[in-house]
Amino acid sequence: MSSTVKIPVPALNKEISVSTGLFINNEFVPSVDSAEVIQCFNPATEQVIASVVAGSSKDIDVAVAAARLAFKTTWGKNVTGWERSRLMNKLADLIERDKQELAELETLNNGKPVAVARDFDIGDSIQCLRYYAGWADKITGQTIEVDNKSKMAFTRHEPIGVCGQIIPWNYPINMWAWKVAPALAVGCTIVMKPSEITPLTALKLSELVVEAGFPPGVINTVPSLGSVGGAALAAHNDVDKIAFTGSTITGRKIMEAAAKSNLKKVSLELGGKSPQLIFESADLQQAAAWAALGICYNTGQDCTAGSRVYVQDSVYDKFIDVLVSTVKETVIGDGFDNNTGGGPLISKAQFDRVWGYIDAGKAEGAKVVLGGERRNTKGYFVDPTIFTDVDSSMKIIFGPVLSIGRFKTEEEAVALANNTTYGLGAGLHSTDASQCMRVSGLLEAGTVWVNQYNILSNNVPFGGKSNQEYTSVKAVHWNIGEKLQWPLSL
Amino acid sequence: MATIFTHEFNTPVYKGKTSFNTGLYINGKFVEGSDKTTIDVTNPATGKVIAKIAEATAKDVDIAVTAAHKAFETTWGLNAGGAERSRLLLKLALLMEEHQQELAAIEALDNGKTFTWAMDLDTTFAIDTIRYYAGWADKIHGQVQETDEKKLSYTRHEPIGVVGQIIPWNFPLLMMSWKLGPALATGNCVVLKPSEFTPLTAIRMCELIDRAGFPAGTVNLVTGYGNTVGAAISSHMKIDKVAFTGSTLVGRKIMEAAAKSNLKDITLELGGKSPNIIFNDADLEQAVNWAAHGIYWNHGQACSAGSRIFVQSGIYDEFLEKFTEKSRSLKVGDPFDVDSYQGPQVSKNQYDRIMDYIQSGKDQGATVHLGGDRNGTEGYYINPTIFTNTTPDMKIVQEEIFGPVGVVIKFEDEDDVIRQANDTVFGLAAAVFSQNINRALNTAHRLKAGTAWVNCVNQLHANVPFGGFKQSGIGRELGEYALHNYTAVKSVQVNLGHVM
Repeated sequence: MSSTVKIPVPALNKEISVSTGLFINNEFVPSVDSAEVIQCFNPATEQVIASVVAGSSKDIDVAVAAARLAFKTTWGKNVTGWERSRLMNKLADLIERDKQELAELETLNNGKPVAVARDFDIGDSIQCLRYYAGWADKITGQTIEVDNKSKMAFTRHEPIGVCGQIIPWNYPINMWAWKVAPALAVGCTIVMKPSEITPLTALKLSELVVEAGFPPGVINTVPSLGSVGGAALAAHNDVDKIAFTGSTITGRKIMEAAAKSNLKKVSLELGGKSPQLIFESADLQQAAAWAALGICYNTGQDCTAGSRVYVQDSVYDKFIDVLVSTVKETVIGDGFDNNTGGGPLISKAQFDRVWGYIDAGKAEGAKVVLGGERRNTKGYFVDPTIFTDVDSSMKIIFGPVLSIGRFKTEEEAVALANNTTYGLGAGLHSTDASQCMRVSGLLEAGTVWVNQYNILSNNVPFGGKSNQEYTSVKAVHWNIGEKLQWPLSL
Repeated sequence: MATIFTHEFNTPVYKGKTSFNTGLYINGKFVEGSDKTTIDVTNPATGKVIAKIAEATAKDVDIAVTAAHKAFETTWGLNAGGAERSRLLLKLALLMEEHQQELAAIEALDNGKTFTWAMDLDTTFAIDTIRYYAGWADKIHGQVQETDEKKLSYTRHEPIGVVGQIIPWNFPLLMMSWKLGPALATGNCVVLKPSEFTPLTAIRMCELIDRAGFPAGTVNLVTGYGNTVGAAISSHMKIDKVAFTGSTLVGRKIMEAAAKSNLKDITLELGGKSPNIIFNDADLEQAVNWAAHGIYWNHGQACSAGSRIFVQSGIYDEFLEKFTEKSRSLKVGDPFDVDSYQGPQVSKNQYDRIMDYIQSGKDQGATVHLGGDRNGTEGYYINPTIFTNTTPDMKIVQEEIFGPVGVVIKFEDEDDVIRQANDTVFGLAAAVFSQNINRALNTAHRLKAGTAWVNCVNQLHANVPFGGFKQSGIGRELGEYALHNYTAVKSVQVNLGHVM
C-alpha cells in the first residue's frame, strides 16, 4: 500500500509528488512493525516539507530477504550482462527525461541550486549509469596457463551478492548513482539506505527503477535512521558487502559491525581535510579560482573540500588579495533563485557545528579576512569565511570555511599537507612541471589535482588512501588546459 | 541517375514501406558519383533488378578521404570525448532498433536471407554490437609504466585516423556494425565500401547515422566495385588502415596494395573450410541439429561454416541418416514466407560457383547423398546438399564452396581426425562434439582455428573475439580485442629531472 505526498514548490508554483513508503520488491510499503516517520526539511526555510516511513531493523530484514531472492532467481548469475546493460541505460534515459523535476526535489530537500543539481549532480549521475552500463557486458576473467596437458584454469569475476549501501546527504542523487551503478553492472542486488536527512530523491528514483523494468528486489530503498537501518545493514548476517560514504566516525562503526557479524566486505568513502598548495610559479588567478571552488562548491559540504590552503611566502599577500576578491563573488542563497551559486547548509545541526568552529577560530585570535558574520534570516545560510594565520585546525568543518597557512620550501609544504590522518584529496598549483611531478608523487592522497581541484570523471577512480589492497591506487588529474571561471556560470 | 529507392513490402511476415536516397554518403550528404553512373541491385529471389544506386569511383574515394580527415582534425578523433562518442553510438543503436523491421526487410530483399533470420539474428546482433562498442568508447585506457621518479612514462591509445572498411555481402548490416562499432568508439573516421551486391542496408544506415548526430565526415559510404573503389581504398596514400572481410583471394590483393602504397595497417577476415568433428560419445541429436546449423545457416554463406563434417565410425550411419532427414526438412523458399528456412543464394555468380563445385564433386567421384540441384526455376535457390565418399584431395573437401553443401567424412582415430581437420590453409573455426569433457577440451585446444566451438557451432557474441589462424585472416574482430585494430599506441616519456 503506497502513500504519496505532494510537496509544494512555492517558487515555481507547482507540486512534486513522492511515494513515502519503503521501496521493497518494486513496491512502496509501510513498515512491518513501526509507526515511526522521518521528517524532511527544506534547509532554506527550516520548514518540514514531507514525512516518510522510517524503516526499522525488521524492515531491513525484509529488504535483505527480497534482495537475496532476486539475487538467486532474477539477478546475479541469472541475468546476462547485456540485459543489465539495457536496463541501466533505460534507467539513465528516464532520469534524463525527469531531470528537471528531480533537480527541483533535490533542491527542496538539500538546498543546492536547481541548475547545479540538474546539470552537475544529475548530469554526472546519468553519465555514471551509462558508463557502468557499458561495463556490464565486459566483466572478463582470464585464462591462465598451468599445464597445457592437464589443466584448464581461468578466473571468473562473479557478483558478490547482496550489497548494503549507505549514502550521505551532500549529493543525494549523485551518491545514489555512484553506489548503484557499479553494483548493478556486475550483478549485485542492493538494499540502499539513503541519508535520513535527504531520502526524498532516492524514493523518487525508485519509481524510475520500476519504470525501467528492473525485476523486483534488485534495488530496495529503506530510509531509516543511521543508528537503526544503517546499523542493521552493517551487522546483517545475510548482507555480503556494505558500501558506505559518510563520516569517519560512522565508518569505524560500520567496519566494526562487519567484523563482528559475518566479515562482510566493506568499502568506505570517509572524510577529508584536503590541502591545496599554492607554489610561487602558479598562475595565481587560476589558483585562486580553483581554491574558491574547492571551499565554496556545494557550500563546502564535500568530502574533498579544499579546506586548507598553504601559500608560498613569496606570493602570500598577493594570493590572499586575489582569493578574497574571487570568493567574495560567491552568492549563497536560496536554491530556487537563479543567482545563487551555493545553497544553505543542510541542517540545523550542521549549521550549529560550523558556527561553533567559526566562533572558536575567532576566539583563538585567528584573523578573519572574509565572512565570519551571521545572517539574521531564516535558513541555514553561512557565507564563505576565510581565516588566515591560523594554526590549521585539523577538524573537518564541512562548511564554506577556509583556513590559510604559509610555507617557505617545497618540503615544508608537503609536510604540512600530509600532516593529517586523512588522505582523500589534495591539490597543487605550479607551472614547474618537475615540481608538479615530484609533489604529486609525495602527496599522500587518493586523488591529487594538479592546477585544478575537485573535478572528477566517472571513468577515473576515486577514493582515500587504501589499506585494503596491496598497492594503493592514486588517481592523478593533471590539468593541461581547463580554465576556471568562478563563480560558475550556470 | 541515382534516385530515391522506394519499396512496398506486402508479405506474410512484414508489411511496410521503405523509401530512401540511393546516393553515396560523403561529408554528411547524399551525392551522386563523380561519373554519374549507377549500379544495378538485384533481388536474388527473382533475379530481377530492383534498384539503381550511385556508383562511386576512385575520385569519390579521394573526396571521402578528404572529408574524413577534416572531420578527424576538427569534430571527431579526440576532439569528441569518449562520453560523446558513446552517446552517439547509443543513439544510433536506438534508431536501428526503431527501424529494425524495416532494416530486416531491406536486408532480406537485397541479400535473399529470410526476413525471420534477418530480424532474429542479423539486425538484433548488429544493434547489440553497436551498443556493446558504445560502452567501450569512454574506456579506452592506456597504461602508466614505472621507470623512475624523474620520469613520467605512459601510453595513449589514440585513434588511427581515417580507416577504410570493405565489407562483404553475406551479412551486410551485421558486418557494417562489426566494422563501425570499434572504429567509431575509438575515435576514427571511416570510409566504408559495402558489397556492390548488397548495398541497400548500408545506405539506409547512413540516414540513421546522420540522424543520430555523427558529425559530417565521420562516416562516409562509397558504393562501388572491388576493382575500382576497393582497390582505391587499399592503395590510398591517406588512408591509414584498411579492414576487410571477404575472400582470401581478395584479401591477398588488399595486403599487397597496402604494402605497395603506404604500409597501412590491415586486418583481414577471410575464408574458411571449418571442420566439425563429431565423436562417438556426442549427444547425437544435438550434433545433428548443430551440424545442420553449421553448414546451412545463411545458405552456407558464412565464413565459419562447418563445411567438413567428420563423424566417428561408431555413429556414422545413424548420424548420416538423421542428418539427411534434418537437411531434407529445411524449407527452401521465398525469404518472406512464414516458414522459409533458406532463401536463394545472393547472386547468379555465386549460384554458378556453387553449382560448379557440386559438379566437380560428381566429376571427382564423390557421392551426392542429398540434393546437389537447383530448387525451383526462378531465383538462385539451391537445395541442401550432402556429399559422402570423398577423398581429402577433392576440390569440394579443400576449397570453400560458400553454399549449402556439406561434406560428411567418416573417421576412426582421434589423432588422425585432428590432423585431417588441421590439414588446410584455412583456420577460421572448428567445432567438436563430445560428452567427455577432457576429450572435448583437449581437441578444441589442438585445433588450429581462431574459434573452437565445443558442442555448438556458429555461435557468436559481441564480446567474444572472432578471427582466423593461417590464411583465414589477420587480427580479431569483436570483444575488447577489436579495439586494438583501431588504436595506435603512443608512448609518452616525460623527463622531469634527468640531466644530460
